[in-house]
Amino acid sequence: MRAYWRCIMAEFEPKIIAFACNWCTYAAADLAGTARVQYPPNVYIVRLMCSGMVNPEYVLRAFEKGADGVIVSGCKYTDCHYIDGPVKCDAMVDKLRKVLHVLGLEDERLRREMISTSEGTVFARVVKEFVEQLKKLGPSPFSSLRKEEVAV
Amino acid sequence: MNLEDIIQETKTYYCLECGKCTSICPVARYDPAFSPRQIIENALLGFGDEIVFNKELFSCLTCYTCQQECPSDIDFPVFVRKARSIAQDNGQHGVCAHSGQLQSLARLMTSPVIKQKRLEWLSKEYHVSENSDVLFWVGCAPYFAPIFEDVEFNALDVTKASLKILNLLGIEPRLLPDEKCCGHDALWTGDIETFKKLAEHNAAQIKEAGVKRIVFSCPEGYRTFKLDYPDYVDLGCEVQHISEFLAEKIGQNGVKFKEMKKKVTYQDPCRLGRHLGVYDAPRKVLESIPGIELVEMKHSGLESICCGTSAWTNCDSYSDMLRGDRLCEATETGAELLITACPKCQTHFRCAMTDKGEEHRSTPKIEIMDLANLVANAIEKGR
Repeated sequence: MRAYWRCIMAEFEPKIIAFACNWCTYAAADLAGTARVQYPPNVYIVRLMCSGMVNPEYVLRAFEKGADGVIVSGCKYTDCHYIDGPVKCDAMVDKLRKVLHVLGLEDERLRREMISTSEGTVFARVVKEFVEQLKKLGPSPFSSLRKEEVAV
Repeated sequence: MNLEDIIQETKTYYCLECGKCTSICPVARYDPAFSPRQIIENALLGFGDEIVFNKELFSCLTCYTCQQECPSDIDFPVFVRKARSIAQDNGQHGVCAHSGQLQSLARLMTSPVIKQKRLEWLSKEYHVSENSDVLFWVGCAPYFAPIFEDVEFNALDVTKASLKILNLLGIEPRLLPDEKCCGHDALWTGDIETFKKLAEHNAAQIKEAGVKRIVFSCPEGYRTFKLDYPDYVDLGCEVQHISEFLAEKIGQNGVKFKEMKKKVTYQDPCRLGRHLGVYDAPRKVLESIPGIELVEMKHSGLESICCGTSAWTNCDSYSDMLRGDRLCEATETGAELLITACPKCQTHFRCAMTDKGEEHRSTPKIEIMDLANLVANAIEKGR
């Protein structure tokens, strides 16, 4: 399957997993859709209740399963429905960055964003930027672990 | 492999159903649902699914306490390890502690193209040499350091202390920039595929380096290299734990310690103690430091109790109770310092002591330190 995709797509197409909080970023992505803002289709959005519930394992598992980049995005500090979700998320991302650094993964592959409900255009811009950045970086060093049955 | 083969291999059919394993098992003492005897009986009666699809399979600490008592000398931990690999094939992996990050890390490390930055902590203070025939195994310490910041434990402190000791003893060890996880946790959770990949990588790296001896500060790595690697790969060099290395050197003239007035107690890590039978070396090292008074806990040596979790699975409230009781034993001795030789024991005990939950109010607090750290503080001159 991968070989097939390689043939028809001469250019490397990165795969992005976005962990988006239900209240802000997911709504922003929804808004980008309803407002017909164009952005690359490389992103797979996983909706969560809060960015504070993102566990380091979610991100590691995404890389293990072949993601080239991961976005962790949620509300801004004052908007959180659960008071301090973004603070917890920041702490988690900081810690995880150190681990990924030792593992030899480029820092840019994990992106921490805070996108509010009304910022559909911001979401589209972030995805666009990230795709370009990842195209320059090339496939993730863990992409060789990707099993064939994981469909593109 | 199916359960039948495992029964033949581990000679489980010799079971007398005496139940000594369950009565001595540290987990069964707290968790009424876990019983080694029951697991073996289920296996012998052919109820394979009862074992494989039961999460209790992953509660076993593989600490080898049961084998000490078993009149038929059944290797229960190995039985569990192999049953776990069947469970893994069926998509069962217990409840992974730290939500499975550490298992994930091991799997991520199997990628052949990664370029780890695992030696960034290495400062000029520590002397390493490219041509040395002694290799120091750093292991997972660079990964543990950020992950266990919350429990106030930096695994790299143990590594640094070990390097300091080696340097003072006149050895400039070699460090491998691209070693990977030894695969201990993958093996004991039944993930044989990952373990094989890691073992092959490490063995190739070691062969290329052409070293004669590997020194470990982590008993789990030591056990894996000594007992499990020979089944899969050929290493061609001897392995040693830092405590054995020290015990060997201490008798020689020139090694000087400064006086440290402290009453200490020693926790035998299960991998170093019951798995490999190293009980005397760490005690010899402790006793050779002037001023150190070693007092033993109620359960020590062969009967020593595990720190509560192994291979990062099924860390539950029972593990917590076990840990709390072990810490009580340590404080009951009147010691002011608990010495262990395993970074993971330290992680688990520190976790119990830093946890601020209600059930932890009664957990006694005791200063805890690795053997290598204590020796590094006390050693004055090597040669």
